[in-house]
Amino acid sequence: MALLEVDSINTFYGRVQALHGVSLSIEEGEIVTLIGSNGAGKTTTLRTISGLNPPAKGRVRFRGRDITGLAPNRVVGLGIGQVPEGRRVFHRMTVRDNLFLGAYVRNDRDDIRGDEEQMLTLFPRLKERRNQIGGTLSGGEQQMLAIGRALMSRPKLLLLDEPSLGLAPIMVDTIFQVIRDINQRGTTILLIEQNAAKALAVANRGYVLETGRVVKEGTARALLESPDVQRAYLGI
Amino acid sequence: MSRQVSSSDSAMRWATGFFRDRNRTIYTILLVGALLFPSIADITTGGEGNHLVSTAADAGVFVLLAIGLNIVVGFAGLLDLGYAAFFAIGAYTYGLLASGLLSGSPLHQEFHFPFWIMLFVAMGVAAAFGAILGAPTLRLRGDYLAIVTLGFGEIVPRIFRFLGAGSPIGNWTGGVNGIAAIDPPTLPFFLTGPWVGAPIQVVKPFDFSDPIAYPMDFYLLILILVVLSIFAVNNLQNSRLGRAWMAVREDEVAAAASGVNTVAIKLLAFSIGASFSGFAGCYYGAKLSTVGSENFEFIVSVTILIMVVLGGMGNIPGVIVGALTISFVNFYVLTNLPDYASSIASTIGLDFLNKSSGDWIGLHDEVQRLNYLIFGLILVVVMLLRPQGLFPSRIREQELEKGTAEEAVFDLREGSPE
Repeated sequence: MALLEVDSINTFYGRVQALHGVSLSIEEGEIVTLIGSNGAGKTTTLRTISGLNPPAKGRVRFRGRDITGLAPNRVVGLGIGQVPEGRRVFHRMTVRDNLFLGAYVRNDRDDIRGDEEQMLTLFPRLKERRNQIGGTLSGGEQQMLAIGRALMSRPKLLLLDEPSLGLAPIMVDTIFQVIRDINQRGTTILLIEQNAAKALAVANRGYVLETGRVVKEGTARALLESPDVQRAYLGI
Repeated sequence: MSRQVSSSDSAMRWATGFFRDRNRTIYTILLVGALLFPSIADITTGGEGNHLVSTAADAGVFVLLAIGLNIVVGFAGLLDLGYAAFFAIGAYTYGLLASGLLSGSPLHQEFHFPFWIMLFVAMGVAAAFGAILGAPTLRLRGDYLAIVTLGFGEIVPRIFRFLGAGSPIGNWTGGVNGIAAIDPPTLPFFLTGPWVGAPIQVVKPFDFSDPIAYPMDFYLLILILVVLSIFAVNNLQNSRLGRAWMAVREDEVAAAASGVNTVAIKLLAFSIGASFSGFAGCYYGAKLSTVGSENFEFIVSVTILIMVVLGGMGNIPGVIVGALTISFVNFYVLTNLPDYASSIASTIGLDFLNKSSGDWIGLHDEVQRLNYLIFGLILVVVMLLRPQGLFPSRIREQELEKGTAEEAVFDLREGSPE
């Protein structure tokens, strides 16, 4: 049984239909990437899974349970963590409070402290800045904080929306390394990226979205070698 | 010898450590000031300090209100322009259930519940109305929320005014006359004993029967209520709930994506914020011993909001200082200003200003007429000098020092091809 199953969802933004029967599935332990140009529906797919934009039609199942239309906070509680588009770190809360807030759905106070330490080890730059407020961090640090915050809920599945967007090249490499590390520690990842080359380099499998439809899917290697993908997204 | 030095050294270090936290320093100064105030008032006025103490007790009510509104506006970021409605609900709850008014209602039964129980009942009723009035506003944000809460603030006093004698469903609230002869608090039953009826001498007749001649008991009572509220709200701020409020204030979508039930959290902000004004309203009704809808007009909501913003939104000690400052300006400076103005005029030889002639009504009355202009000017000057409030939170200061959040967003946009 797949960890996450998205079954032909239609999602609207107001009256505009953004997704036309998108289906995908993610197995436990995988990194799956969703690539496509601006407006292809990548973020909408993610928001549909996380409950921020419920679909008009279709189902979303997580570990066999139907989660279609559940409120976002319930979805987080079930084990789907999310790093939203544009990071959306809490600018006026300290790094520590940001992390603690990520653990909002948990009740085990002692373990939360342990996990906070673990995040600060995973992201040493945050450790130096643990008492600074989120808004004073650089873009890359904010991205790390957003990932750390999402991990604090101990998700089974982590949704990442454009984590490399707007970052310096060296920071992009760091972030992708972090994604690989997190996955190796046992978290399944759904990664949305415009940087298709980097995304396919870390992913096991990928889906290509165009105007709200899945037009291609396959192993990361197969997509990297596909002439269509190379032409449209890899600039080769 | 050397041991002694080191112990006094460590005491010093403890003291500097303790007072390095600015908030602790403010609390200490405020508490000492509050305890000394009655004596100071008595000494400086030559034994006529009762009026000042009574006014200070009224200021305490506004401290409670500001602490409560700060939860809604400062913590959760929901702009509420009708907060006086909950103040009214608290005051009327006590007034109705501790006076003879309801004997004239269709119930034909008056109630005289003890003040100490009603404090918590009023709190609960205000909290319930906070949730009820909060519920329809949850989908609104910013300006829209402000307008709807403003509407509530207008509606509630009007309903109290309307449900008086002659309303279709009978006299429930005393209407335009309000409620008079509300019971004063009596000492709680467990404090009655051999000394019952005999005034306690620590505080001259401790029987709450006469707030004008003996305001000390009311002063002490509000002091206790304020201290309890400060403890409560400090714990709230540092709790899981407090963090969730801040997250909702910062970014509702990110908060939801982190697992915060934003609807419940906002309702709780309205409800808990309102409960403080229920507290305050109950006390206010008991102290004035009369309650009328004109005590809860729009200007009251605005005044409380000014206290919160001017003190330093979100920072509890700042909000308290803000409430005291505005109360001082309102209850003391503005009321005495006309007298000061005319006496200054006569000492510097401009006595003719004090006499009315033609269209000039005399300096005293003119200053009185311009009260709100002066109030407004004071506010403008304070906000120009300290736009972040008198005592803003540490966070806000860090933001101003190290560059603001906007820069980080900007660097994001720059890199984005959109």
